[in-house]
This record gives sequence, C-alpha cells and structure tokens, in this order.
Amino acid sequence: MSTSDVVRDWSEADLGVDGRVLEVVRAPAGVLSAASVKVDPMDSAVVQLAADLVATMRVSPGCVGLAASQVGIGLHVFCVDVVGHPKARTTHGTFALCNARVVEASRKEKGREGCMSVPDLTGDVKRATRLTVVGQLPGSAEEVTVETDAFEARALQHEVDHCEGFLFLDRVAGAHAIFPRKTYL
Amino acid sequence: MSLIAITVIGHDRPGIIAEATGTLADLGVNLEDSTMTRLRGHFAMMLLCAGQVSAENVEQALSPLTADGTLQVSAREVAPEDPSAASARPYLLTVHGGDRLGIVAALTRAVADAGGNITDLTTRLSGDLYVVAAEVDLPATADEHALVDELRRIGRELEVDVAFHPQEADVL
Repeated sequence: MSTSDVVRDWSEADLGVDGRVLEVVRAPAGVLSAASVKVDPMDSAVVQLAADLVATMRVSPGCVGLAASQVGIGLHVFCVDVVGHPKARTTHGTFALCNARVVEASRKEKGREGCMSVPDLTGDVKRATRLTVVGQLPGSAEEVTVETDAFEARALQHEVDHCEGFLFLDRVAGAHAIFPRKTYL
Repeated sequence: MSLIAITVIGHDRPGIIAEATGTLADLGVNLEDSTMTRLRGHFAMMLLCAGQVSAENVEQALSPLTADGTLQVSAREVAPEDPSAASARPYLLTVHGGDRLGIVAALTRAVADAGGNITDLTTRLSGDLYVVAAEVDLPATADEHALVDELRRIGRELEVDVAFHPQEADVL
C-alpha cells in the first residue's frame, strides 16, 4: 500500500480519542505569526490535539482545514478535509499531519482565500496546483507522502503556512489583493 | 471621536504617503480603511480616519502638502457606516476592448438595474485598450442570467469583451 493510500484510509477514529471543539483564535494573535514547534507524533497530547483539530474543523461551516496555531497552540500539526468541495480534484479524505513540509510545488494559480483566523478579509493568493507534501501521521508517526493537486493542494499550502507562522495576508498577490469578506447567501 | 474622509490627489513624487500619514499620526488621527494608487501619473489617496480633531484641523495640518501647488487635499467629516459587507453573492466583472465613451456608464447601469452593488471598480486606459474590473454584489433576488445576457448585449453593442463570473472566496 502506498503512503498515499495510507493517508486516504486514515480517519480521526484511528486516534482513539474523542476530539473536543476548541475556540479558534483570530489575528493579530501572536501565535498565528510564530513558527510552530515540531512535535512527537506519538505524544498523547499531540494525538489529542489532532483529534481536537478535526472536531473543531467539523463543526466550523465551510472549514476545510485547521492548524494548531489557529486554536492557540504553537505545535506543528494540522488537519485537512476537502472532500466534496467543488474545486477539489484529487482528495485524501480527512487527515492530520505532523511536521509536514512541502517538497515539490509547481503550476501556480491565483485564487481567493479566506481564513477562520482572519474572518473579515479575503485575499488573492498564488498557490501551486501540483504539490507534494511529506509529513507524519499523528498516533503512528508513519511518514507519508501526499501528492495532490487543485484545491487540496491549496488547502495544504495554507495549513503548512500556518505552521510556519504565515497567514494568507503574507502571500497576497498585490497591494490591491485584499478584500472585505462577503457573507454568502 | 469623529470619522474624517481625507483625499489627497496630484503630481506623484516620493514621500506623499509618509508626509500625509505622519501628519495624521502626529494629530492622533488613526488611519482606518484607505486606498492609495497612481492614476495616470497622479497619486490619489482616499482615507477614512478616526480621531478627536475636527476635519478643519486635519485639512489645516495637511496644508503643507499643497504648498507647491501640485497636490490638492480635502478633509470632511462623514457619518459612521457599518463596515461589514452586506449578505450577497459576489461576482467579478471584467471588460476589455477599444476605448470609447460610455463603457462604464452602460455596464454599471445594467448592474444597478439588476439590483447589483459595485463595491470596487478599477479602470485603466492603455493606448487604445480600455480595461475595467469591478467587484459586484448581487442580492439573492437578482436574476444573474438575465444580467449576464444584458452585459453581453451591451458588450456587443460597444464592441468590448465582457466577462461576469462568481468570485467566491474559499475558507481554508
């Protein structure tokens, strides 16, 4: 089984703990601007954190990913789930990664992003649409490689950025690329 | 606390923003929302600021900017507005084609007649090429398809290319 399939087969149930819904912090909270600390994926606190991130993502309307810094914890963990999103092509279901890093990125395209931690603004950001990310699964510490594209690639880059202390505001495509967030009907 | 709308426009040169915003900071006037850009070689600033001083005092304090006659400054008190965007479907309207009179007037009339609200609009004239980009909010009751048909009809009439696409941001 490829590690990509391992990621697809992963679910928060593998963590063996119930996730708790945590409060999402908003910019200009300092934790959002600091690089997160690498973690031991076997650490029970990290396993709980991964479960909490998934639980918090699940209850947040429209949320397709959440990094630990967004719940005020400066640890290098995030979760993603873009299944069902109209802009998604390749998807790996729900998964959480520890200590993830981008190893290949190409074919940048501009798209408009919002973020739960910057609730009133959106911005146009260029992101790679072909992406390879390497990270470790919480609970098992298995190193996995996620090769993806389109919207899942964008979501992963957004979450890896959070872990490195960057918001989409750090990546906007120009001085005229930040907008008030619309409330959709 | 008063809300003051400030405009500065005129010949572009280095330092206009630094001088204007330095004066505002010295007055204790906080720069809130603003847009500043070059328009055909002129530099244009539109600033919404909050402070404990009158608009007259702000305009007086900024008057050194106008000393050489190349910049115009105005400051007026304005009523506070709700800064949050109204609930609507966001779209991007883009237009390009040969320059002629009335392109923006015709297209924005169609948007307004459909109940659409333009929240941002930029035009650029580059040689004979005219370009428009506008952010449009459509209410739920608006007929998007009828508006697209009308914008296309106007585009054909004015011989410009018109595109009107949803512009939804993805929350990550």
